[in-house]
Amino acid sequence: MNGIYLDNAATSPVHPEVIKVMQKSLEEVYGNPSSIHQYGRKARQTLDNARKVAASSIGANEKNITFTSGGTEADNLALIGTALANQDKGKHIITTTIEHHAILHAAESLEKQDFTVTYLQVQSNGQINVQDLKDALTDETIVVSVMMVNNETGIIQPIKEIGEILKGHQAYFHTDAVQAYGLLDIDVDKLGVDLLTVSSHKVNGPKGVGFLYINENVKISSLQHGGQQERKKRPGTENVTGIIGFQKAIELAQAERDDRNLAYNTYKQLFLKKLESEKVSFSINGDLENAIPSIVNISFPGTNVEQLLTNFDLSGISASSGSACTAGSVEPSHVLSAMYGSSNDRTINSIRFSFGLPNSEDEVTEAATRVASIINRLIK
Amino acid sequence: MIYLDNSATTKPYPEVIDSFSQVAQQFYGNPSSIHSFGLRSERLLNQARKQAAHLIDVDESEIVFTSGGTEGNNMAIKGIAFAHQNRGKHIITSQIEHPSVLETCRSLEEQGFRVTYLPVNNNGVISPIDLEKAITEETILVSIMHVNNELGTIQPIQEVGQIVSKYPKVFFHVDHVQGFGKISLDFYDCLIDLVTISGHKIHGLRGTGILFVKKGTKISPLFHGGEQENKFRAGTENLASIVSMVKAVRLILEQQQIKSDQLRALSNKLKKSLKTINGIMINTPEKHADHIVNISIPGYKPEVIIHALAEKDIFISTKSACSSKQPDESAILVACGFDKEIRNSGLRISLSYENTIEEIEQFCTELQDVLLQLSGIMR
Repeated sequence: MNGIYLDNAATSPVHPEVIKVMQKSLEEVYGNPSSIHQYGRKARQTLDNARKVAASSIGANEKNITFTSGGTEADNLALIGTALANQDKGKHIITTTIEHHAILHAAESLEKQDFTVTYLQVQSNGQINVQDLKDALTDETIVVSVMMVNNETGIIQPIKEIGEILKGHQAYFHTDAVQAYGLLDIDVDKLGVDLLTVSSHKVNGPKGVGFLYINENVKISSLQHGGQQERKKRPGTENVTGIIGFQKAIELAQAERDDRNLAYNTYKQLFLKKLESEKVSFSINGDLENAIPSIVNISFPGTNVEQLLTNFDLSGISASSGSACTAGSVEPSHVLSAMYGSSNDRTINSIRFSFGLPNSEDEVTEAATRVASIINRLIK
Repeated sequence: MIYLDNSATTKPYPEVIDSFSQVAQQFYGNPSSIHSFGLRSERLLNQARKQAAHLIDVDESEIVFTSGGTEGNNMAIKGIAFAHQNRGKHIITSQIEHPSVLETCRSLEEQGFRVTYLPVNNNGVISPIDLEKAITEETILVSIMHVNNELGTIQPIQEVGQIVSKYPKVFFHVDHVQGFGKISLDFYDCLIDLVTISGHKIHGLRGTGILFVKKGTKISPLFHGGEQENKFRAGTENLASIVSMVKAVRLILEQQQIKSDQLRALSNKLKKSLKTINGIMINTPEKHADHIVNISIPGYKPEVIIHALAEKDIFISTKSACSSKQPDESAILVACGFDKEIRNSGLRISLSYENTIEEIEQFCTELQDVLLQLSGIMR
């Protein structure tokens, strides 16, 4: 049976045009950007160009873009870097219980270094209550990190509101925009965001690349030390080829954003309608109205995740129970536990379907048909 | 074009580029995903790890894929420092390490660690006696590079390993970025706990590297998040780059087998020809890694020579690309005790197995021409 990939939020196939530009760059631009000869300078120009494209995609200045090895590194740099550099102003951090593990585990590592972390709860719709944030803020708070779109549910957080609240407070505002980037309209100034994480391989770019937007007013320590690259915020010979590929992925995402939103929305509607018409018993986790088009998280009462994933996989459908970074094990989702309580069945019978470039309307309908027949067979 | 700046970065082997494109197109699943797309990627990742381990002659559990040499060095040094600071806060390194080692050590000094920077002799080599004297009860790590990136000097790693092994609580890290594929190093034999390798210095892709972490060595990760790379390094694995780097590892080790003698001949030819040019001092000591030759031409600004050569489509460098934004002076030549006019006029010629004897001859002729021209202008 032909494979249908509905796990685009875990990682997405590299766009053929991205591979093309990377191949070309590997053959042509192999100078070290720090070298002063013309091959170095050519590499440097290429890099500057990519930085401009990345910056303009979020309404930022190019000097505020730091290229990293990916989303995890960018999240770590944002949280640990600001915490360590600003601990003289306080040692309190606010984040949420539903963040990606790159933030949660970075926060835990800071707790071991005597920082205090408040983990905001979410409501059953998947969003935080901004009043909770207001209540948690103290004079000691130095950074607030709230993701723009949750990777398991696709629920969009009220980033702009949080930005408003934090205006006039010393705390920096970081948002992990890994799942939002490429689909939502992002302008760092309008959102009031000081730091913002983006990963390339979630938007059909290569793996091993990402960027962190760092507003020039942010005081931050680097996680790594060495050369002067990336304004000393991230040393090491720049991954020029990866960055060129990333640039192409950004350009494509920008140009096709409306089309992609429309297509993924259609996929989601088709998928859900098909489940309904096949009389599958299911419910959606989180409010559909607050979700990004590319992700839908569905609970199938009377089933369990492992059984579902195995059966889906056998029928050629790749989906997931949550973040791929929780590696191999199918543990109850920390996100759904936060929304519904850890004893709720939704935490063990829910699947994330995420749509992307490789999909088509026919494919999605076919996938829903297969899913429906599996569920209907399993809960008989 | 004659490219003699291979210690800054190298041109990826065509096979490496092919394997990158193939994997990027065909294996896009996330290795941590449990569906078949993910499984295929995970299998390929495991295979790459196994092959890398086999080629380097270590256990596969000891291979950590990183984003490059700088991350490898940072992870090794900070990783040991933070995981073992309860036992002591003293680190020993040398004055001629790469900035990614030196700056990491300096950052640790700001956090209450004490660092001894061992001096080097005129040949750029540390003294094992100095090293042993520097070890105290508080020492947790010794970090010494194998081949120096500017001079090509080789450090006595085996001797250092033997000394460090007398102190079972002290870990030994080697920055092998410039040595790998050129000068063999048996990690087990030399009693090393951590070794840094970079992909783009061996015709692999930038953004790739390996940190060897000997079984049982506890280090704190630099990044937190997923459980990838044995929990040493969180983040979705850069599969296509990793697989293609392992190919580069295989190819460079093959080249080392076949072409070491040829590289030595190139290097000797280069030094011999340079010696015949008036005003050139060879800074690299007699015994050195063949692929790096450092010279000074007192009275000439290194940038001027580099640009004049670049006009002729020949590429060499001043000092390490990672520190070349600073003024002319080379910290490494300073550490070796060279006079001011020598340490301010250093140039590095770095070879790969791809260079030819004709290229070396042409380079020397063109360099001579450039000097003649410049001396007409300057003197």
